[in-house]
Amino acid sequence: MNKTQRAGMLLLILPFVALVFVFNYLPLFGWSYAFVDYSPGVPLMEQHFVGFKYFRIIFEGGNDFAIVMRNTLVMSLLGLLTSPLPMIFAIALAEVRGKWLSKWIQTVTAIPHFISWVLVYAIFFTFFSLEDGVVNKLLMDMGLIETGTNILGSDGYAWFFQLMVATWKGTGWGAIIYLAAIAGIDQELYQAADIDGAGRFQKIWYITVPSLMPTYFVLLLLAISGILSNGFEQYYVFQNPLNIDKLEVLDTYIYTLGIARAEYAFSTAIGVFKSIVSIVLLLSANWLSKAIRKQSII
Amino acid sequence: MNKSWREYLFQFANSGTLLIFAFLCVYPFYFIIINSLSHPTESAKGVYFFPREITLSSYEQLMQIPTIFQSIFISVARTVVGTIVTVFCSAFVGYMVTKKELPFRSFIYRLIIITMFFSSGLIPWYMLMKTLYLKNNFLLYVLPGAVSAFFIILVKTYIESLPSTLEESAQIDGAGILTIFFKIILPLSLPIIACIAVFTAVGQWNSWADNFYLVTDSSLNTLQYLLYTNLKSNMADIMRTSASGTMLGADLASTGRVTPMSIRYAITVITVIPVMLIYPFMQKYFVKGIMLGAIKG
Repeated sequence: MNKTQRAGMLLLILPFVALVFVFNYLPLFGWSYAFVDYSPGVPLMEQHFVGFKYFRIIFEGGNDFAIVMRNTLVMSLLGLLTSPLPMIFAIALAEVRGKWLSKWIQTVTAIPHFISWVLVYAIFFTFFSLEDGVVNKLLMDMGLIETGTNILGSDGYAWFFQLMVATWKGTGWGAIIYLAAIAGIDQELYQAADIDGAGRFQKIWYITVPSLMPTYFVLLLLAISGILSNGFEQYYVFQNPLNIDKLEVLDTYIYTLGIARAEYAFSTAIGVFKSIVSIVLLLSANWLSKAIRKQSII
Repeated sequence: MNKSWREYLFQFANSGTLLIFAFLCVYPFYFIIINSLSHPTESAKGVYFFPREITLSSYEQLMQIPTIFQSIFISVARTVVGTIVTVFCSAFVGYMVTKKELPFRSFIYRLIIITMFFSSGLIPWYMLMKTLYLKNNFLLYVLPGAVSAFFIILVKTYIESLPSTLEESAQIDGAGILTIFFKIILPLSLPIIACIAVFTAVGQWNSWADNFYLVTDSSLNTLQYLLYTNLKSNMADIMRTSASGTMLGADLASTGRVTPMSIRYAITVITVIPVMLIYPFMQKYFVKGIMLGAIKG
């Protein structure tokens, strides 16, 4: 291949590389907004430079940031605590006798993953709303409760409820990776265990679980590096004045500050903080993985 | 005998628990569908297993909402256009990075992959979109996701598993890069293309946030956004917007053949139905994509 042809190839790919640059790297220049007292309409160079003022405000307290961080970390921690669920679900599903049954269960339980959070909210609203919610109606008809429970607007149950919603949406889909891994386990191991007289749970504990550990570990480390990101959509659609104290997470807070309240500099500073922490966590997780398992995750 | 009794119990308990969860995953959809087809007064009494007094009045009312057809059009348009664009861009770039003769190949590849690990944040993104005139612009739905690092990895891995003799013999025959791509690589890569297409299509159909952040022109709103505004508005607003000005709308509303809840059911159904319908057929592509991504990742 000669020089002209190679140059032609580069030319062909250039527009796409440009797209990647524009939508991924160009926005990074926007981090400069965190360092100025932004006034709209004034070009960046003429903005009033304030250095690390907004970063200091983050750590100073006296604003909502601490509460938002608390909410963010609580929800992420709850997610980490329930992270074995897809694996447990996959193991349980693999133990089901009927092939058709387990295939059907796997297909059906993955459905919630494919709908948008707005639709998830629509469904949970249908079932749990105070006035016409199905659950409330049923419970009242059965005489179990007097008046409807307002779980969607509950401050106390907010975290638990969101955890339930996320579990409903993610377990079936999350199990797919583990099911594929289980299918790849050498059957001879199980046969040997049978000969040694191992019971079902022993086989699971000594063969299946160790085989799934690498996958689980990688996903766990990735989840840890994403600890500050809970997802904007889930929390925004479920927010209302009653539960906002518990459900305002970093992603929604950045939006509220930045776009709804036009506090561009502060919001950008928080965004920068979040990105840097995520990168540090990811690199640390990668290093940890290299140290412990001699394998990197990226 | 003792052993098989325990086995039976285990199967019963295990499958039972899993079935309960599966039921919880699928019943909500069934419930909403049958309630959207039932007369609202029956629905208010409680419709759980079969629709009662089957009527299409909720859907008739849905058609009276002024923005409904526009939202459906936008959602369909972004799904179709977005999928075609993303599939083409990701496949082409994925192919190009497998060519060792590409100048700066590893630099370009790394440049693309690293984007999966950082994010610029909302405000810089918002500002950039405004500057690029992508606010209130249909291209907002299509361009940012066009070149996807994850899909590029999938395509690259797949193409590298194809025998290199195919390309070599085509080159000997004098075929250029583009010819090879369109005539040979693309047809052979249909499985991975299908996988990417399905992922992208579902993602486009479900997309709501970009609409929310950056679109104030209501003619560009998607169905998801319409559902969102419907869910969050109060009862009076819903009845008012859905009955706005049309004879049929006002009639349906006043005779109680339609309630805010029934309209909500109807909108939810049409928002979820496309995904529901293609899902059984596309399941294997999703699974395959996950496995490929998992192996590489």
